[in-house]
Amino acid sequence: MSVRSTITSQFQQVAKEQDRTLAPLSDEMKLVQSGLDSLSFAIIVARLEETLGIDPFNAAAAVEFPVTFGDFVRLYEDSAK
Amino acid sequence: MTAGSLWESISAAGRPSARLHGTRTAVDLADLAHASSLGGRLEELRDRNVLLATKSQLAAALALIELDGVARRIVLCAPDLPAQHLPAVIRGAAADACVRDEAGPAVAGLGLATCVTAEPQLLRGEVPRRRSRATEWVLLTSGTTGAPKLVLHSLASLTSALAGAQRPAPGSVLWSTFYDIRRYGGLAIFMRAVHSGSMVLSDASEPVIDFLSRAAAAGVTHISGTPSHWRRAIMSGAARTIAPQYVRLSGEIADQAVLDALRSTYPAATVAHAFASTEAGVAFEVRDGLAGFPAALLVASGPLELKVAEDTLRIRSAGTAERYLGENVEPIRGPDGFVDTGDLLEERAGRYHFMGRRGGVINVGGLKVYPEEIEAVINTHPWVRMSLVKARRNAITGSVVTAEVVLTEDRQGARPAAEALTRELAESCRRSLAPHKVPAMIRIVPSLELSPSGKLVRPIA
Repeated sequence: MSVRSTITSQFQQVAKEQDRTLAPLSDEMKLVQSGLDSLSFAIIVARLEETLGIDPFNAAAAVEFPVTFGDFVRLYEDSAK
Repeated sequence: MTAGSLWESISAAGRPSARLHGTRTAVDLADLAHASSLGGRLEELRDRNVLLATKSQLAAALALIELDGVARRIVLCAPDLPAQHLPAVIRGAAADACVRDEAGPAVAGLGLATCVTAEPQLLRGEVPRRRSRATEWVLLTSGTTGAPKLVLHSLASLTSALAGAQRPAPGSVLWSTFYDIRRYGGLAIFMRAVHSGSMVLSDASEPVIDFLSRAAAAGVTHISGTPSHWRRAIMSGAARTIAPQYVRLSGEIADQAVLDALRSTYPAATVAHAFASTEAGVAFEVRDGLAGFPAALLVASGPLELKVAEDTLRIRSAGTAERYLGENVEPIRGPDGFVDTGDLLEERAGRYHFMGRRGGVINVGGLKVYPEEIEAVINTHPWVRMSLVKARRNAITGSVVTAEVVLTEDRQGARPAAEALTRELAESCRRSLAPHKVPAMIRIVPSLELSPSGKLVRPIA
């Protein structure tokens, strides 16, 4: 599974578990308008570290916090390289 | 048994004969009248501060009986005490003598003037059992890091729970415990056995199945351990080897799942869970089969006083330790004489429930999570035997919680697949816990590590 599809399915899975309505996942969608709260993001980041083996937020170099869903995916894709 | 010495208690008129069962041999305590386990060297230890460092629990038990009332101080070392902490223990307790066995730690060069070898067999000969003092008892508590703390007790504080206790009919009580008797939980049982009855001693290197079959062969009637000890015993498939009348849990939170499991394993037994700590002593025991304890137990008068302050249990009793030994140590009791146990309580419908340790709180986005609360929910699932909830650092909320789960014995391959099971566990957590308490990840593991004291090993928060 690609990084993008892994991330997409985690967003969907966590939204379902947290009983939240997820906005359509386009690259332009702002994360604050995704319908997810910070606990949901925390769970997504933890699970992505488990499945992808990377946690860009905990990398040695400071990261720019992603604003849109596209930023979020790119952050992981760049870290995976 | 509040006055005198252990030996005086054993040799008291009317005391039925009692046996201590080790892994290979058993000793009749009455034989100590004309024999010694210390090779005729007891008098060399009179008025000394004696480090008791044997591997064998039987050797330790016999030495305790012989040394009490003779030595100035006995320092009880469990066999898992890391060798690097020995110098600090010796210094802190001002130890100047040692009783050890062949498998005990090396003590040469540690400044102990006298070193006596303990034997698990008795050497016949006349032993003047002259009591010259109230011996100080020093127990070690394993801190999360660093050297253990040295906790000063007396025979009176260690036996306070027995004051006024009726002696049962001769030969009717045979105690055992999963604990080592050099730890508070095990020592409390040893004191009961010396007061009334015999005892089967455990051994850290012995498989739980072998221990249970030894206890069964001896006819154990009363047995204690931590909830983790008991879960492990049930998982071994050998728990029903024994048929005790009385089963006791202490040292960790007894959740409803483990209480129910013991009730169904031992339908004829009284299942009691007790609160005790090395510093505070034995506080109370609950026999109604329910987790937590009735609010009515919080009584601030009489020989045992309990109260809740800043959400933690506070205890003042005759069983409380006197103080820590060593330099720069904090007091055990607060200014009001109460010990703060650090155990967090929450009241629900007239009953107090233990939530966890104050030091074990996990912070998820500013909200507090007690791992034990989540474990109690997970443990109620029929396929779960035990679980461990941990913090996992997280850039968004500081931490999230994750869970590791050990499943029950497979019943004829009827167990659902791992993925279905973890999904089901997560759903049951979501039904009964706030969202931040639901583990972000649940993993099935073959086993969970227990500390030498029989408690789940928790990562330092």
